[in-house]
Amino acid sequence: MVSGVSKHFGAVEALRDVDLEVDPGTVTALLGPNGAGKTTLVRVLTTLLTPDSGTATVAGFDVAREATALRPHIGLAGQNAAVDEHLTGRENLELVGRLYHVGKRAARARAQELLEAFDLTDAADRRVKTYSGGMRRRLDLAASLVANPRMLFFDEPTVGLDPRSRQALWKEIEALAASGVTILLTTQYMEEADALADRIAVIDHGHIIAEGSPAELKARVGGDMVEIMVVDYAKTPAAALAVAPFGIRPPEMDIHSGKVLLPVESGVSVLASVIRRLDDAKIAIADIALRRPTLDDVFLRLTGHAAV
Amino acid sequence: MNTLSDIMMMIKRNLIRYTRLPQLIVFSTIQPVLFLLLFTYVFGGAITTPIAEYIDFLLPGILLQTVLFGSMQTGIALSDDMSRGIIDRFRTLPMARSAVLAGRTITDSLRNMFVVLLMAGVGALIGFRFQGSWLAALAAFGIALLFGFAFSWVSATIGLSVKDTETAQVAGFIWIFPLAFASSIFVPIETMPVALEAFARWSPVTVTVDAIRALSLGQPVGDLLWYSLAWILGILIVFIPLAVWRYRRRV
Repeated sequence: MVSGVSKHFGAVEALRDVDLEVDPGTVTALLGPNGAGKTTLVRVLTTLLTPDSGTATVAGFDVAREATALRPHIGLAGQNAAVDEHLTGRENLELVGRLYHVGKRAARARAQELLEAFDLTDAADRRVKTYSGGMRRRLDLAASLVANPRMLFFDEPTVGLDPRSRQALWKEIEALAASGVTILLTTQYMEEADALADRIAVIDHGHIIAEGSPAELKARVGGDMVEIMVVDYAKTPAAALAVAPFGIRPPEMDIHSGKVLLPVESGVSVLASVIRRLDDAKIAIADIALRRPTLDDVFLRLTGHAAV
Repeated sequence: MNTLSDIMMMIKRNLIRYTRLPQLIVFSTIQPVLFLLLFTYVFGGAITTPIAEYIDFLLPGILLQTVLFGSMQTGIALSDDMSRGIIDRFRTLPMARSAVLAGRTITDSLRNMFVVLLMAGVGALIGFRFQGSWLAALAAFGIALLFGFAFSWVSATIGLSVKDTETAQVAGFIWIFPLAFASSIFVPIETMPVALEAFARWSPVTVTVDAIRALSLGQPVGDLLWYSLAWILGILIVFIPLAVWRYRRRV
């Protein structure tokens, strides 16, 4: 879908020879820190920017040469909810519908449908100015769906939302994915990519540095970590030895703090076994915790620098 | 057909915004009224004009100043839409590329029409008397509105070329002040230094103000109307493609 795409702004190289394939009907997350080029790539794919070199096709259309033909098939929800504050939610959706040229009646019916689907009927005739952040984001999402696009782009869909609104939005995105649309979303959060995506592409300095399913990627960067604190520091090596068979790599330990770090494929499934084994070995534990890799861990492993 | 309906939708959207933000209309009306009153009563007595009553000289000028300043709103509104990401959404829609700009400039012309009519009313209250025919009056209003429409495209080009709304406001004012003051809007240009007078005489503002003035005083317009229309046409020919190009290229 994307092949050898580059884009600079002056001397800044925003995208460097990006290759990316998104399978129809899947959710792909573009994971990376601020300034990695995520938004630039989305803007290229949604016809807002033309690439300096390389080609990108979306839904069978070349984004640069066939932009006009492509536009009816894509929807974009951005990080700054792009809805008009002074219009009501309904007016916003109807306007977008009319601009897709679906006709007055159809635009009205579709707006009503989306307001119901996104739980915005009570606020439908209020100005967007009075909406909460989560409601705006839902309206923005609804606006991107007006024309039933085949391909949806969500640029950091949950940034700045409180945890509850974020959960609600995740549910909406999951439901959309289940309905069979192709989705490309960008995020800075590993857990978001993990929760929503079938595939994750990690982007840094305008370049895709890793790609794979969430499990593959986490395995590459170490997956989950079981962090064990033993009561008797002298038993730290024994504890490490006891749990080693459950790890995907040899555990790391620190005798001075009684800490053992065990990289595992999937933490939940081995946690019980680890506890049982330590119990059998009569090693008392002060604390045991499961750590998910964060974006920082991913970056540290893949690039050798922190995600800033 | 779609282009037309896209433009209509944009105008509708812009007009709804005005009904939701009545203060926008109020303040864009107060400013020219203030100018009219200040110039009439503060400077009016000290300015000698070839016409007996300063208000008869001033009002045609103020009408043009109103549409000129009003056209600045185009760039500010566009840059505001841009900073909110609304333009991005429009640009991903299968709508006509020119509709956002055309909708904006036409809406601003409609607002100009409202304000200009109001100004003429206020002018009449403080002594302005229209001395031309109905046809002349219509021509005077028409040319003022066309002038505002043309400068809306200049303003759109600027608004789409700067980074944020604050810059759009400042950048909008910089070129408008010399254009407005080095002209025959407020004073006869004959007292200006030679170079400035030459600039003022051929500026689009002076030729248009002089045309409107002649029309409203029932005097022969001569070629002024053609000069003015030539300027308007020239500005449109240059700035419509320029603004559309900025709109498309916008990152």
